Amino acid sequence: MNIAVALWQWFGDPAQWTGPSGIPARLAEHVGYSALALLLAALIGVPVGLLTGHTGRGGFLTASLANTARALPTIGVLMLVVLATGIGLLPVMAALVALAVPPVMVNTHEGVRGVAPELRDAARGMGMRGREILFALEVPVALPLILLGLRTAAVQVVSTATIAAYVGIGGLGRYIVDGQARREFDMVLGGAVLVVVLAVAVTALFFLLRRMTVSPGLRRPWSGAAT
Amino acid sequence: MGEQPLVRWDWIAEHLADPIGTRLLEHLQLSLAPLLIGLVTAVVLGVACERWRWWYPPVLVGVNVVYAIPSIALFFLLLPYTGFGPWTAIIPLSLYTLAVLVPNVVDGLRQVPDHVRQAATAMGFSPLRRLVQVEFPVALPVVIAGLRVAAVSTVSMVSVASLVGLGGLGQLILTDGFRRQFTTPIVVGIVLSVLLALLLDGLLVLAQRGLTPWTRDRGGAARRATARTDGRSRT
Repeated sequence: MNIAVALWQWFGDPAQWTGPSGIPARLAEHVGYSALALLLAALIGVPVGLLTGHTGRGGFLTASLANTARALPTIGVLMLVVLATGIGLLPVMAALVALAVPPVMVNTHEGVRGVAPELRDAARGMGMRGREILFALEVPVALPLILLGLRTAAVQVVSTATIAAYVGIGGLGRYIVDGQARREFDMVLGGAVLVVVLAVAVTALFFLLRRMTVSPGLRRPWSGAAT
Repeated sequence: MGEQPLVRWDWIAEHLADPIGTRLLEHLQLSLAPLLIGLVTAVVLGVACERWRWWYPPVLVGVNVVYAIPSIALFFLLLPYTGFGPWTAIIPLSLYTLAVLVPNVVDGLRQVPDHVRQAATAMGFSPLRRLVQVEFPVALPVVIAGLRVAAVSTVSMVSVASLVGLGGLGQLILTDGFRRQFTTPIVVGIVLSVLLALLLDGLLVLAQRGLTPWTRDRGGAARRATARTDGRSRT
């Protein structure tokens, strides 16, 4: 089987591009779930990371919690919440948020924690106090790391949101699951390609966001690595 | 969910050896193999990227694109070629570890101070001996920090392999638990998977302390490296 030809035919089929199971609709579902999960994870992870990073307290606890959350098997969380609350959005969000909170929280914590002590001293010498130091100094300096945490989380969430198909609420995972069930491998492949393209687009979006928000003096060369 | 309790201890007691113990052992094997294969591959790739620097950006893009493919899709796509065997899980999981391990090997090697390299050369070390005896030990804390992240995420990802019937604790979650609407095996699967991940993580911390005694100061390179690579887990 020629992979390129199979993909060309699958994407070229006009029926693929319309209706409730068409690519635009599935893509919209996938983006919606991913965005919601990332938003929830940011609402939990960023404030906790800022607080523990700023005060220097609870760092060990945060790291241990994050490590444990990272070890959670996503499928297990999904299935358990499905049995507890039934099929729907909630199990998917529980699994995705559990996945996305650790990188956001740990990177925010380490970013704020890692601000050079001289900078803090200088800010204090200029008369800044707690909250002012946090928002005028620590957040801008930590921003590259905070954005990196969000980007890592976003890519994972986009790739993992395929599990939504297992609880019947759509997303790009449908192509992967249905394709496997019907032994249509061009469909599995097409779904996987769509997810990868979306993940690459998300990475590019974060690259832009970083360009626009991070102070030029803080820029380091971009690397795809978790640095 | 009905009236059943979250955990039925009698079920656990009765099935301790057969599904539980067997699945745990399978899970361990399906986790260790990708970690070993990934580590060896990443060291080879990392050393190559360090010697020929222009290799690094394309390799980095490559491993990150692979990392973005959902594991379910990779398992399904491999099935026609590798069948219902362990390789269908081991190959994708090994590939995923590279996204963490390759950058860490390269970062670790780049962090070796130039004067250390020069001293080794001046003492008559050949490039290979210098790599094995000087550069790699100095890079080790960063490599192990990456290995810890890879270990935890690999253990949690093996559960997905059960969706294609490859065993491991995910099988406990899926066949014994979800298909029968029975929460006990799901809870057992989750708890054992987390414990296994934390156990491997703890062993790697001990290994790092034993192998690189000079990093024991608390604000040291290893801790920073952990922070830099944190958050690599996916499904």
